[in-house]
Amino acid sequence: MIEIHNVHKAFGSLKVIRGVDLEIKKGEVLCLIGASGSGKSTLLQCVNGLEPIQQGEIQVDGISVHAKDTNLNKLRQKLGIVFQQYNAFPHLTALENVALAPRVVKRISKAEARALASKHLKHVGLGDKEDVFPSRLSGGQQQRLAIARALAMEPSYMLFDEVTSALDPELVGEVLDTLRMLKSEGMTMVVVTHDIVFARETGDRIAFFKDGRICEVGEAWQVVNAPREEHTRQFLKRVLA
Amino acid sequence: MARLQTGLNVMQFVLPYSGLQWSDLPFMLEGAWRTIMLTIMAGSLGTLLGVIVGWLRETFVSFRIGLIPFIDVIRSVPLIIQFILVNSFQSILGLQFDPFWIGVVTLSIYMAVLTSELVRAGLQSVRPELSRAGRSLGMSYWQGFLHIRAPLAIRTALPGWIGALIALTKDTALVSVIGYIELLRAAQVLINRSNEALLILAGVGLFYFVICYPVSLYARRLERRLAI
Ligand SMILES: Nc1ncnc2c1ncn2[C@@H]1O[C@H](COP(=O)(O)OP(=O)(O)O)[C@@H](O)[C@H]1O
Ligand SMILES: [Mg+2]
Repeated sequence: MIEIHNVHKAFGSLKVIRGVDLEIKKGEVLCLIGASGSGKSTLLQCVNGLEPIQQGEIQVDGISVHAKDTNLNKLRQKLGIVFQQYNAFPHLTALENVALAPRVVKRISKAEARALASKHLKHVGLGDKEDVFPSRLSGGQQQRLAIARALAMEPSYMLFDEVTSALDPELVGEVLDTLRMLKSEGMTMVVVTHDIVFARETGDRIAFFKDGRICEVGEAWQVVNAPREEHTRQFLKRVLA
Repeated sequence: MARLQTGLNVMQFVLPYSGLQWSDLPFMLEGAWRTIMLTIMAGSLGTLLGVIVGWLRETFVSFRIGLIPFIDVIRSVPLIIQFILVNSFQSILGLQFDPFWIGVVTLSIYMAVLTSELVRAGLQSVRPELSRAGRSLGMSYWQGFLHIRAPLAIRTALPGWIGALIALTKDTALVSVIGYIELLRAAQVLINRSNEALLILAGVGLFYFVICYPVSLYARRLERRLAI
């Protein structure tokens, strides 16, 4: 379980997260929607400790992310994250991209790491791209590579930050299919997205983020079809228009 | 030079139409060897130091700012003057190092400054998002450095570094100003005696080419292999 309690976060004087409470239960898919600049990416980065917070607490399976004595490198193995921009390591083949962290961080043998990587590449439909460098992959393939790379660490949670926003429209589907597949396998996921239709169909719950706060959170169909808050209604009208 | 004297006295194998003798060859070879040694020593020490300094400058603001005057001076004062300054400085301190070591130290510092610039540019060329991705996978700072930042930085820095190494090979000739007889200085000695300037300089030029060319050839191959 991921528990976010009264989290505040600022970049200098710019208050980005202003008191967020949220729980993500095991096996759940939570979609985060909200205008750009509202702090969604920042919240994900706080959850896996890439960004410090000024107030409040985030716990992952009972471990406090920002406590001084927390081993972040260890904790991050529980939390896979995939970003909006492609982040494949350009000097490594697809297989090496996926095998690197298991080999270096978990210290499994090179052969084991390659077998593991091979398995995860197949899983996301890149079985025939093992020896290809990222520069030869399409955006959709690069995002699936990033997903395979995160999955190879065998995380308990996956965080997705607008993973289709940088993609050409015809490549969005293959990445969303991969997310649906993960949901069907029972992966716990937090998905930041602008795709309201995807959020309603794939999300168990949707949280609407506004100005660093959760404006509304509820079951996915309810938030989209019968929003309780006026802000949510306006936002949905804007993005669905 | 004792060897030079012997060369003059023992007149064996005189080349036709030339004041050059076969016995001059060891003298030239010794000079060539010294040029190679200077390059190898200053090249490796300078690179090692440059990598560390470059990383420090890229990582800590204090080093970035603190080292600016030092680096500007080293980069803008002609090397030939640096040799003389370092040499005079040690005399003032009452030290008596071999000119070889004065040469190595001065060239190493020069090479280190050039290398540190390249290392810094190389590290800056790596998108911070890639380090972030590494950390999000559970890698420590040094794991990310070793497996992600360094390999990518090397690709950026390599062409410039090879250029610096080739320039260094030629710059070793400047050590002669503090009385060290490397290849070019040895050539001058022979030219003064034999008046065979063209022949000797062509030979020496060829020698520099023969050591520099394989380096750039290898670099080009390496660059192609590392291309991403
Ligand atoms: N590293 C940073 N330094 C300073 N400001 C930042 C940084 N990252 C994000 N911000 C600012 O924080 C706000 C929220 O950004 P972000 O979390 O990326 O929003 P979202 O993902 O919802 O679009 C924005 O105003 C953005 O400019
Ligand atoms: Mg964002």
